[in-house]
Amino acid sequence: MTDRDREPGADPVQVQMRGTVLTVRRVDAYHAMTVVAPGIAARFRAGQFVGVAVGGPDTSMLLRRAFSIHDVRPDHGGTVEFVFAAVGPGTRWLAERRTRDVLDLAGPLGRPFPIPRDPVSCLLVGGGYGSAPLFPLADRLRSRGCQVDFLLGAASADRVFGAQTARRTARSAVVTTEDGSMGIRGLITDRLTQVIHEARTDVIYSCGPMGMLRQVTTLASRYDIPVLTLVEESMACGIGVCMTCVLPVVGEDGVTRMVRSCVDGPVFHGDLVRWDDIGTIPFDALGAPGWKPRRQQQAASSGPDDGAAAARPAGAATGPRAEEQGHGG
Amino acid sequence: MAVDLRTKLGHVELPNPILTASGCAGAGRELAQFFDVAKIGAIVTKSVMLGPRAGRPTPRMAETPSGMLNSIGLQGPGIDAFLRRDLPWLLSRGARAVVSIAGGSVDEFAELAARLSDAAGITAIEVNISCPNVEDRGQVFACDPQAAATVVEAVRARARYDLPVFVKLSPDVTDIVTIARACVAAGADGLSMINTLLGMAIDTETLRPVLAGVTGGLSGPAIRPVAVRCIWQVRKALPDVPIIGMGGVRTGRDALELILAGAAMVSIGTTIFHDPSACIRVLRELDEELARRGIERLTDVIGLAHEPRTAQGRRLSGNVR
Repeated sequence: MTDRDREPGADPVQVQMRGTVLTVRRVDAYHAMTVVAPGIAARFRAGQFVGVAVGGPDTSMLLRRAFSIHDVRPDHGGTVEFVFAAVGPGTRWLAERRTRDVLDLAGPLGRPFPIPRDPVSCLLVGGGYGSAPLFPLADRLRSRGCQVDFLLGAASADRVFGAQTARRTARSAVVTTEDGSMGIRGLITDRLTQVIHEARTDVIYSCGPMGMLRQVTTLASRYDIPVLTLVEESMACGIGVCMTCVLPVVGEDGVTRMVRSCVDGPVFHGDLVRWDDIGTIPFDALGAPGWKPRRQQQAASSGPDDGAAAARPAGAATGPRAEEQGHGG
Repeated sequence: MAVDLRTKLGHVELPNPILTASGCAGAGRELAQFFDVAKIGAIVTKSVMLGPRAGRPTPRMAETPSGMLNSIGLQGPGIDAFLRRDLPWLLSRGARAVVSIAGGSVDEFAELAARLSDAAGITAIEVNISCPNVEDRGQVFACDPQAAATVVEAVRARARYDLPVFVKLSPDVTDIVTIARACVAAGADGLSMINTLLGMAIDTETLRPVLAGVTGGLSGPAIRPVAVRCIWQVRKALPDVPIIGMGGVRTGRDALELILAGAAMVSIGTTIFHDPSACIRVLRELDEELARRGIERLTDVIGLAHEPRTAQGRRLSGNVR
């Protein structure tokens, strides 16, 4: 992932821009919006998202809404499509936009999905409209010679996003619904083991509710299959300054940190996310209540600048990245 | 630009009065992809503490009408990582750095001031005695004039003599002027106001508080009238003390409102979340607002709303060509 080491702010590219709405269409229970935003389309890589201001110039809704990018196309200089559920005042406002309306967008934001070096067998697991970012990923994986299988699921048929595209483009596509209105009755996780075996999966990419991501990670770890998860934490800014979208993630040095899902994610290695501790501050997380740097315990033995270095366990990797606050998987 | 936007942060001159508000801009790095961080008056960093701090559990945020509640709890890397990584980056970009500090005890505040005084290149220190998202809800130092003065004295004693010390005040007090007076008497070079107001939201679906920390700090345009009132009251009582005004500023017009109440500088906070390039936009808009009124110098309008109307007309007419 070359993007990892990119210095935030090092590129003088335009991240925030005005985009003209091309289409808003209803897709079952969701809405898909296509916006002309050449700068975002040109730089987009699968897994990244846009931050959209809602409510117009004098809005009372201050927080940007973050949406995974579902598709980019070259028409009109470059368009970006994202999928959302109109469940609150901000998303309902978005759903009411019409062609030629102008939106304030920031993007592409976040770190993209890493792509395997070799042509391996990839299983893409999506819950609800969490499948949206998996389709540009599938295109990218196929262009690299990877096999792509889909496992999609939701509560009901109208909440499964992209089943037709998955069936048309992937080697295999399994769909589950809780009410049995499409595909197999049950949960995604009921079918995961079987699909892994049939598809001879080497790596799993997953996006959906936190509970699903946790279970997919747990099941896959039994077979030693790496899982890359795209998390959907609620964000206020999407650009790394507000510190609201944090979750506990284990770093390369073995230390748990509260990292920002917007700039350190939204893609994380599933086995590094402490799923059971989301919504808490784990007692052993860097800077948790009662946490003490080793420097204070060892008194005068180390210099004043060794605080963060001493926080690492002995023998751990000591690269400069290892001590970064908010370093993700 | 015809308008002279220079202003004074204590004895330090800034090219313009637009700053970031602590906690809304990190240490400037993330905002550099949206605008040149050296172009605004200064970057006020997120409050730094002695050690690393994980903050409070999630959910940490709730959107409210024209505002938001946050309960971050001062998550940050600690002073060592800040001095090693964040500050050098900010200075390398040519930005002016106002470093916000927060501590759980008077000694912690004092040690932070000492550590920052050893580091070259800092423009000023902002002492955050009023974060509502810590164990004591900011009650200990922000609401008691004696306790506030003790912190300021300790910081002033350890801070380099030429480093301006500003104290960030909470609006959640019975009389903000009493706290302001105590801080200035203890050696504060200026005051920053306002910090967030303590608020709360309950999710009527889950029937429980939205924030994991139950209460949080309310910010955004919803609180701007409170900021204007606080700045007004303190400016009236202490007309010679420079004020960094903040609280719901969204446009150049809003910035001008705080300046008219008495702020010599204006910080942009929650609006950055909505519009990451807000600082540079507000700066441009403020310049336009002043030019449109025929005002040549920013310093002519600081606290102007306190003057009787006739005096205002006389004073401004001298500047109108």
